[in-house]
Amino acid sequence: MSVLETSVGVALADPSAVTAVEATGTSALAWLVIALPLLGAALLLVGGRVTDTFGPLLATALSWGSFVLGALIVVQLYGRAAEDRSMSVQLWDWVSAGELSVHAGLLVDPLSMAFVLLITFVGSLIHVYSLGYMANDPDKRRFFAYLNLFVAAMLILVLADSYLVLFVGWEGVGLASYLLIGFWNHNPAYASAANKAFVVNRIGDFALIIAMAYMLATFGALDFATVHGSAGSATQTTLTIIGLLLLAGACGKSAQFPLQSWLGDAMAGPTPVSALIHAATMVTAGVYLVARSQAIYDLTPDARLAVAVVGAITLLYGAIVGCAKDDIKKALAASTMSQIGYMMLAVGLGPIGYIYAIFHLITHGFFKAGMFLGAGSVMHAMNDRVDMRRFGALSREVKITWITFGAGWLAIIGFPFTAGWFSKDHIIESAFSAPGWQGWVFGLVALLGAGITAFYMSRLFFMTFHGKARWEDDIHPHESPLTMTIPMMVLAVGSLVLGAVLYPTGLLSGWLEPVFGHAEGHESLLPLIAIQVSVFVLMVLGVGLAWLRYGRDEVPQVAPEASFATRAARQDLFQDEFNEQFLRRPGAALVVGLETADKDVVDNAMVGGTSRGLASLANVVRQAQNGFVRSYALTMLAGIVAILGAVWVIQ
Amino acid sequence: MSDMPWLTILLALPALGALALVLMPRGFARSRELALGVSLVTLVLALFVAVEFIVGNGHIQLQETYSWIPQFGVSFALGVDGIALSMILLSVILVPICLVAAWDDVPADGTRRQQGYVAWILLLEAMMIGVFAATDIFLFYVFFEAMLVPVYFLIGQYGGPERARAATTFLLYSLLGGLIMLVAVIGLYVAGPGGGDGFLLENLTGLEIGGVTEKLLFLGFFIAFAIKAPMFPVHTWLPQAATEARPSTAVLLVGVLDKVGTFGMLRYCLQLFPEASQWATPMVLVLAVISIIYGALLAIGQKDMMRLIAFTSISHFGFIVLGIFAMTTISQTGSTLYMVNHGFTTAALFLIAGMLIARRGSRNIADYGGWQRVTPLIAGTLLVSGLSGLALPGLNAFVSEFMVIIGTFQRYPAAAVLGATGVILAALYILLWYQKIATGPAPENLSSTTRDMTVREKFVVAPLVAAFLVLGFYPKPVIEMLEPAVTTTLQHVGVTDPASATSADGSEG
Repeated sequence: MSVLETSVGVALADPSAVTAVEATGTSALAWLVIALPLLGAALLLVGGRVTDTFGPLLATALSWGSFVLGALIVVQLYGRAAEDRSMSVQLWDWVSAGELSVHAGLLVDPLSMAFVLLITFVGSLIHVYSLGYMANDPDKRRFFAYLNLFVAAMLILVLADSYLVLFVGWEGVGLASYLLIGFWNHNPAYASAANKAFVVNRIGDFALIIAMAYMLATFGALDFATVHGSAGSATQTTLTIIGLLLLAGACGKSAQFPLQSWLGDAMAGPTPVSALIHAATMVTAGVYLVARSQAIYDLTPDARLAVAVVGAITLLYGAIVGCAKDDIKKALAASTMSQIGYMMLAVGLGPIGYIYAIFHLITHGFFKAGMFLGAGSVMHAMNDRVDMRRFGALSREVKITWITFGAGWLAIIGFPFTAGWFSKDHIIESAFSAPGWQGWVFGLVALLGAGITAFYMSRLFFMTFHGKARWEDDIHPHESPLTMTIPMMVLAVGSLVLGAVLYPTGLLSGWLEPVFGHAEGHESLLPLIAIQVSVFVLMVLGVGLAWLRYGRDEVPQVAPEASFATRAARQDLFQDEFNEQFLRRPGAALVVGLETADKDVVDNAMVGGTSRGLASLANVVRQAQNGFVRSYALTMLAGIVAILGAVWVIQ
Repeated sequence: MSDMPWLTILLALPALGALALVLMPRGFARSRELALGVSLVTLVLALFVAVEFIVGNGHIQLQETYSWIPQFGVSFALGVDGIALSMILLSVILVPICLVAAWDDVPADGTRRQQGYVAWILLLEAMMIGVFAATDIFLFYVFFEAMLVPVYFLIGQYGGPERARAATTFLLYSLLGGLIMLVAVIGLYVAGPGGGDGFLLENLTGLEIGGVTEKLLFLGFFIAFAIKAPMFPVHTWLPQAATEARPSTAVLLVGVLDKVGTFGMLRYCLQLFPEASQWATPMVLVLAVISIIYGALLAIGQKDMMRLIAFTSISHFGFIVLGIFAMTTISQTGSTLYMVNHGFTTAALFLIAGMLIARRGSRNIADYGGWQRVTPLIAGTLLVSGLSGLALPGLNAFVSEFMVIIGTFQRYPAAAVLGATGVILAALYILLWYQKIATGPAPENLSSTTRDMTVREKFVVAPLVAAFLVLGFYPKPVIEMLEPAVTTTLQHVGVTDPASATSADGSEG
């Protein structure tokens, strides 16, 4: 199994020492990568109904344009020496006052460009898919405007050269996500889901703002170059705090424990949105943030450990929830959480994990987006039903969907030589090579997670495509149009071969090495082959168990009464109940109480007393206005005397 | 050109416009056009003034000083620094927008009612220019009090059903603050050099009064400004006034007039009483943080949308005061920029809410729902304005709010972190409000004549949204105007920015 051997290379002394030179050639046009979809969003939103006819096509074309330009930049970078692949594009002086000086600038380097390619390629495919999926929606133009807005914001996020510019993209994707989750907000539940996503994300954003405040107070700057370059001169405590704050930000965006509760509800958005934003790209931004901040995390093992712990908890959390969900999209959402947990775990392992985290992020972007699109195609066939208990036996009816979904399924369960096998196995191996007790804990968690993943994904696959047909009466399944199936086919091919193309060839590790350097891990706790065999055995067990229960056996059309554990998993381990009980209700009570207090205590007792006092004073004064000219004259005289007296005193 | 008494002309123009409106015969049919014309000429003139102004100079420019009542030491003295000029520009931009928004507020009914309405607005504009441009403390006081008159009548005569109570509360509160300030103004004169121009700001700066006297004088000014701003716990007049006022009046009241409070803290409290300012800082920071959180929490609970906007403003004023008293270049520049941004954001929120109210006839949020399907453009621009209110990056308020938070953090990390929770609460009050107004199934009980945004209303909203974007992506020209004045202020107070930990000594404190 030589393809899995950790490659040996010469380590760059210090990856953060790579300084960006001013961009030349195609790279200088990196701003255009962002500007194209941004222009599309602006045109479609401001243009109004005039753009109804050509708007969606224009948005799709602009997204592809972005991809082509991104690819050309990658070609240019590839032609340069490995250590010269980091270039900066300075745009304009954005915020400067006192010590703060932030330019709107872009950083074109192998890491950001890897993301650019993923975002624009998968994003453009999903634009194409949406042409079919949203064909009959009256608000199609607005949908494509938001999609373009999302792509632009996501590109700002990954191309930013400072934390502040990153934050623009960070909240920008949050906005796009909010708009798209609530796209069908005539349904009040969907509108609430959109709000929930934004507000939970804001908790993470709050942490990110404080992280930036801490950085400015510590380093006097917010750009990556300065912050990362001088990270070594800050104290351990400072770095740990910044690391933890960045992690909190990442938890919000990437739906990691304890800020995971919004992702399941986010499935209210149209399915292409779930594929693009809530599976392939936006939710991985947290992983990007940690990987980008490696210079900080490398120096603070405590914060890194926290990242790994969060990843480990979430990967199990998501996997457990995924086992019990009957809604196909919510099951996929739980799986997304879990897979991002793997990536978080990997970046939390430090230098040995960065490349594998990004690797898994890319392969996951393909196979998870593919499966979401497949789920959309199934819903298309089933009149927008999502309950898998009423699916079954669809493999013959929607053959292309079945095959392409199957490719994604094989990849996510880690079937040998598929894309997911390469990337996930590496994370599990890296986890076992973490020092001390961590190796055992993280390694076993990752291993266990792989087995559960195989079970719940197979459950999903068998319940949907195999077994007996449990359709409702009015259902007549039909395959989706080519605009939808072609993107699914492309992603399916990627799910199968991308790992083999990127990894054994050294393409990906060579590409990312200038950013992450090269790290040799500790000796693994178990021999490689033992880990690989265990992963394989667990996968077979998971698939087998799922086949027995959901392929061979009859699946009840209504979820049966179940044990406490199953009910807990169905209800996302009571996350919403917890939030309701300990956050929302006390919060609502506080708001109501304050409103009363503001009227009764502040207005009436504290300051209202003054205004009432003034009013009664006014009554006294009113009595002085008695209508007698002589008393007015007396008052005037007194006043003049007082003024003259004052003048006399002053002079 | 530079010898021209620019500021006096600028001040006189809307005042004369108001006078002309009053002199017009009863039932004059073109009073709105006349008022709009005058306000637009004022705007153009203000832009000329801005061109005359030398950016990068933090001192007071375009000064004019005329002896007024030398027996009392009072001069008619005008002049602007970057902060004052930015406030004047904000005022003259918002007035024509408000006039267009208020076009149908008061119908021409053959009486003087409509004439009076727009004349009061023009007179208010003149007062606003005066209060920001005054460089004589007594003159400032005169404008500070005289401003109340047009607002009192705009609320009391043209407001909603509870207008009388709201106008009276507003007036009493403000007069109380004004009286306390008057005592402090006279006290300051006594402490100063006196003489025929003894109230001039330049003669009263750097007095080093010290001791209890300085603290008392500081409090005299500060209480008046805190009421005006308004800060917790002297904020209760604002929701009442904003609710009963017409949307345009509410914009000028909350968007501009209230800024006199924070402007006064910067110009008068900090510069005249540096020692007392530092003495009071801990208490002020506590009140500012309370204002941020308290205002936001109350905004979440509001059922009336005008009240809701008023409470968001109390929260935002908390940020502004926080930044002012954190006394770093970044935080104060952020605060002054926030004063500009908040003007545009609040204007958009009040005016768009006003458009909804004009259609539905109710301020009650629960009476709406599904309006994205009735008036998509109004709903959409309401969302954009709301996003500006919750400080979304790319829109105006973000830059200033962020600067306040990180600038405050440099010196008072705890206050900055507590204040920053306002970021989360803002998402709640804006999005819950928008959800109740715009989302959900289309309302059934509406008459089919409910129209989306009219052309006139588009002229109201477009410049505001443009301001969001320009100030969000390219705030540099405004920051360059503000920062030198902030630096000068900080020099008067005698504080320097804290150095970052690693650049100072390689370890953090």
